[in-house]
Amino acid sequence: MLRFATGRLVESLAVLLIMSWAVYVLIGLMPGDPIDLMIAANPNFTSADADRLKALHGLDKPILERYATWLMAALQGDFGYSRTFTKPALEILLPRLLNTFLLMGLSLFLSLAIAIPLGVYAALRPYSRADYAVNMVCFAGISVPSFWLALLCIILFAVRLQWLPAGGMETIGHSGLLDRAQYLVLPVLVLTIASVGGFTRFVRASMMQTLRQDYIRTALAKGVGSWRLVVHHALRNALLPLVTVVGLSFGNLFSGALITEIMFSWLGMGKMMYDAILGNDFNLALVGLLFATSATLIGNFLADIGQVALDPRVSFAARSSEE
Amino acid sequence: MTPSAPTQRPQTPLRRMARRFLQHRLALGSLIGLLVLAILSVSAPAIEVLLGIDPDTVNLLARFAPPSLAHPLGTDELGRDMLLRLLYGGQISLAVGIVAALFSAVIGTAIGIVAGYYGGIVDRILMRFNDFVIALPLLPLLIVLAAIDLNKLGLPDEIVQSENISLYRIVAIIALVGWNTVARLVRAETLALRRREFVRAAVALGTPPRAIMLRHILPNAVSPIIVATTLSVGNIILFESVLSFLGLGIQPPTASWGNMLTNAQQMIWSAPELAIWPGLLIFVTVIAFNFLGDGLQDALDPRALD
Repeated sequence: MLRFATGRLVESLAVLLIMSWAVYVLIGLMPGDPIDLMIAANPNFTSADADRLKALHGLDKPILERYATWLMAALQGDFGYSRTFTKPALEILLPRLLNTFLLMGLSLFLSLAIAIPLGVYAALRPYSRADYAVNMVCFAGISVPSFWLALLCIILFAVRLQWLPAGGMETIGHSGLLDRAQYLVLPVLVLTIASVGGFTRFVRASMMQTLRQDYIRTALAKGVGSWRLVVHHALRNALLPLVTVVGLSFGNLFSGALITEIMFSWLGMGKMMYDAILGNDFNLALVGLLFATSATLIGNFLADIGQVALDPRVSFAARSSEE
Repeated sequence: MTPSAPTQRPQTPLRRMARRFLQHRLALGSLIGLLVLAILSVSAPAIEVLLGIDPDTVNLLARFAPPSLAHPLGTDELGRDMLLRLLYGGQISLAVGIVAALFSAVIGTAIGIVAGYYGGIVDRILMRFNDFVIALPLLPLLIVLAAIDLNKLGLPDEIVQSENISLYRIVAIIALVGWNTVARLVRAETLALRRREFVRAAVALGTPPRAIMLRHILPNAVSPIIVATTLSVGNIILFESVLSFLGLGIQPPTASWGNMLTNAQQMIWSAPELAIWPGLLIFVTVIAFNFLGDGLQDALDPRALD
C-alpha cells in the first residue's frame, strides 16, 4: 500500500512538473509582454529603458532559463506579483481558492446527495417509466450549456421574480450568513445541475451491475429483507467505483465552477484566472492554472488511493496493465 | 419479443443493427431532428433570399422587433434577423462540432491502437498521458490556448490574418484535448482483438504491425469509434459555445450560438428574450447528439441482447 501510494505520489509530482513547464510556455505565448505594457503606459519610455528593464527582469534570457528561475522562486513560495492587483499573486489566490472550494464542495455534496438515491431508484426498476424519466433528466443535465442555464436563472430569479441577487458575494453594508447564503443559491444550483446527471447515470449503471451478482441472489434466497439487501449488500459495493469517478470529476467540476463564477461574479479562482488571462496578468494566470491543476491531480491521487484502500480486491500490480 | 414467425428473414448483423437502432425512438428522433437542423442551416442563404433580408445589415430602427412575417423570430439588439443568425450560427456550431470530433477521433484511434497493440511500456506511457489529459481542468486551459498569440508561434501571416482563423483555432484546440474517450475505448477493443485467432494468424504470417493495425484491428474496432465520436460532438459543441460566449471562440460579426448569447447577457435587463433561442438550440443539438450516441451504442454492441 505504502509503496503504491509513494509511486503514485511521485508520478503526480512529475506530472505537475511537466504541467508547470507547459503552462509556463503557454502563458509566454499570450499576446503582449509586461515590458510592452509598460512602454504603452508611459510615453517617456525609451528603448534603452526597455532593454535595461528586460535585462533586470531576465526577459532577455532563453525561456528555459527563465523557467528555471521562476521554478526556484516558486518552490520557495514566491509566485511573483500580480500586475492588476499589485500584490503578491499568492495573496490574491488564497481567498479565491477558499471561495471556489466552498462553491465546489457544496455542489459536489448536493450532487451526490441527489445522484445516489436517484440512481439506486432507477436501477431497481430498470427500463420502467420511472427509469426512463430519470434517464431523460440526466441527459438534460449533461447537455445543458451551464452558462445558458445561469443566464436563465438570473433572468428568472433575479430580473423577473427578484428573489435572489444576480451575482456577487454579499450585499455591501450587510453581513452575516443569511446574506451570503442568498448569493450562493444560484451558483450552487447551476453547478449542481451540471454535474448531477453524470453521477446519477454512473450510480445507476454500477448498481445494476452489482444487482446481477451471484451474492445478491444468494442473499435474496436467504431471505434478506429488500431494504437491507439494497443498502448493505448492493449499495456498498456499487458505490466503490464512485470514489474514482468523483476523484476524476474534479477537473470537470473546476471547469463548471469557472463558468458559474464568471456568470455570477463569484470571486473564486476560475473568475480570477479568466480575468488574469484577459488582463495580461501573467503571474496570476500562471499560479491560478497551477493550483487548478494541482487540485485535480490531488483529486485523482486520492481517488486512486481510496480505491485501493476501500476495495480489497484491487491488487496493486494488476491495476495499470489490463482492463 | 416478437412472436416466432414461421419464416424469419436471415438476420444479417447490419439488419440487426438497423432494427435495434430504429427501436431506439429517442435516437431516431434525434437523428431526424439533427438532419432537419443541418439542412436548414445549410440552406440559410436560400432562406435569406426567400425572406429578402440580409442577416448582417444593422437596422437600429428595427431593434428587438417581435416575431413577424418579415422576421419570424424577431430581431436582435442591432436589428438583425434572429432566425437567419441562428441558422448561420448553426452552420458554425455543427461544422466545428463534427470536424473537431473527426480530428480527435483520428488522434484517439491512433493512440488507442498503438497502446493496445504494443502493450507494455508504450501502453503504460500512453495511458498515463491519457489519464492525465482526462483529469486536466480543461476549460481554464482551453481559455489560455484560445488566448495565445499565434504570431508568437511562428505561424505564417496569411494563416494568422485569415478571416476564418478563429474557426481553425477552435477546431485545433478542441481536437488536441478531445481524443481521450476514443483512445480509451479503442485501446480496450484492441487489447481484446489482439488475442483473437485471426490477429495471431496475421502475426504468425509475418504481417507488418502497421498492416495488422490498419487492416485487421481497425475495421473491427469501428463501433466504439463511431459511438465515442458521436458522443463527443455534443461535448465539443458545448466547449465551442462556452469559448465563443466568453469572447475567445468564434469572433463577431460571424454568428455562433455562443457569441449570440454574449450580447444577450448584456441585455438581460432590457431584452431577456434574446437569451432564449441560441441557448435552446445549443441544448437541443447537444442532447440530440447524446441520444444518438446512446442509441448507436445499443445498436452496435454485438453482445447486447435483443
